[in-house]
Amino acid sequence: MDFDPQLFDSSLAEAWIRAIAAAVEKERARLTELDSAIGDGDHGSNLQRGFAAVLTALEGLRPTDPGAVLTKAGTTLVSKVGGASGPLYGKAFRAIGAALPGPAGPAALADALAAGLDAVRALGKAEPGDKTIVDAWTPAVAALRDAAAAGATLPEAAAAAADAADRGARDTVPLQARKGRASYLGERSIGHQDPGATSTALLFRALADVTAA
Amino acid sequence: MKKLINTPESVLEDALAGVAAAHPELTVDIPNRVITRAARPAGPKVALISGGGSGHEPLHGGFVGTGMLDAACPGEVFTSPVPDQMLAAAKAVENGAGVVFIVKNYTGDVMNFELAAELAAEEGLEVRTVLVNDDVAVEDSTWTAGRRGTGATVLVEKTAGALAERGAGLDEVAALGERVNAASRSFAIALGAATVPAAGKPGFDLPEDEIEVGVGIHGEPGRRREKLRPARDLAAEVVETVLADHHLTPGDEVIALLNGLGATPLLELYVVYGEVAARLAAHGITVARSLVGNYVTSLDMAGFSLTLTKADTQLLELWDAPADTPALKRA
Repeated sequence: MDFDPQLFDSSLAEAWIRAIAAAVEKERARLTELDSAIGDGDHGSNLQRGFAAVLTALEGLRPTDPGAVLTKAGTTLVSKVGGASGPLYGKAFRAIGAALPGPAGPAALADALAAGLDAVRALGKAEPGDKTIVDAWTPAVAALRDAAAAGATLPEAAAAAADAADRGARDTVPLQARKGRASYLGERSIGHQDPGATSTALLFRALADVTAA
Repeated sequence: MKKLINTPESVLEDALAGVAAAHPELTVDIPNRVITRAARPAGPKVALISGGGSGHEPLHGGFVGTGMLDAACPGEVFTSPVPDQMLAAAKAVENGAGVVFIVKNYTGDVMNFELAAELAAEEGLEVRTVLVNDDVAVEDSTWTAGRRGTGATVLVEKTAGALAERGAGLDEVAALGERVNAASRSFAIALGAATVPAAGKPGFDLPEDEIEVGVGIHGEPGRRREKLRPARDLAAEVVETVLADHHLTPGDEVIALLNGLGATPLLELYVVYGEVAARLAAHGITVARSLVGNYVTSLDMAGFSLTLTKADTQLLELWDAPADTPALKRA
């Protein structure tokens, strides 16, 4: 290769968090609408509040590695959001951060995001098919891994992950929720896209956008 | 949306400022979002801490005081509090005898209290958690998040609070809380949805002549939708649904909580309670104590929930014990 392959470093990590904050702000109404259908309608405002707090927390932070950015983001989400999404996304970002002590290529980033998924599953005890965050996150990690194994660049691998997360989120529509508040609806949760899987898809789309920029 | 608020974002802070102004007997830490008793109990006493999303008032802040809670941690509207709040509360009220967290069974509440318990343990505090899950509308299986915690929370906070006040130990207080929860079942019917300030519109649309059967307290729709019927029929359905899950036999005594969900007049709650009492009497069940009013609300949701707790001598005595809180007082 005659060029340095792009790595996921601290400035990309910070750009990712900023892109997530912007996406959550932009899609807040849609997340609220999805959550009103099968939950309690606060997913959009909770994430918006959480990531706004994360941006504040990152001010003045001069991180030298991507892990520091993401760990700080995770800790802030746990402290500020509440509900289920705060601990779930907070623990996820802390796990991703812990797995990224330095700049990472596609394979190492896939491993870190897999650690994030493990954290979500450990805390939420959700399996694929339960109509949760896990349903978008699982295929995204798999796509990122496959792309990395096939020698894809970081932008290519992230784009594949974002597409897989989008599909995963859409595929929650016919599922009956078995975890979280939507599970209280039983069969009435069928026919609605899961708001958590949708916000996870936003997160992976933001990753694709900042790596492609 | 028509609400008495300044901005949707400031509802909780503004309400806490009001609680502080109205209740000098409470200490309200607005930045940390913790409500505690202004006067700390003398000597070692198990500290009871509860919390949950806001919008269920008077739960939980209204039950802070002698004979009930030591502290409450209000989250954003319908959003569980964060671990930092429970940790701050635990540090503020721990009084040499350990801490009991009373947690309603919702995914977010369970996670945040679990993280708080870990943090508290790291700080050397002894914590027990009592999970409240009394709502029979939710099928209790590994395929759901489990039954929701609703009206039974009031009974747990009252009786465990009374026991703690008498100097009972940490395990004893927690065990009583679990016993009261296990002896309680609830079910709710809504006539209209709640409007979360940040969402700006009702959580679900309900035609004029329809009701949601088996609703929770967070604006989530219920198990099914039916036509509105007379109060007698609705009361009967709720009593039968609760009894079907309760294993009560004729001659048993219960404590009955007929709870308004926030937008139902007391007049109507009494109409329903009269029907509930008659139906229970027909089953040979004695209502030893009753409580009718708005205790576990869901913002401006119209409707009611019924909680029946199987009573015994100890529970009745703890239920009758003195309490001095903003929302529940016993001489």
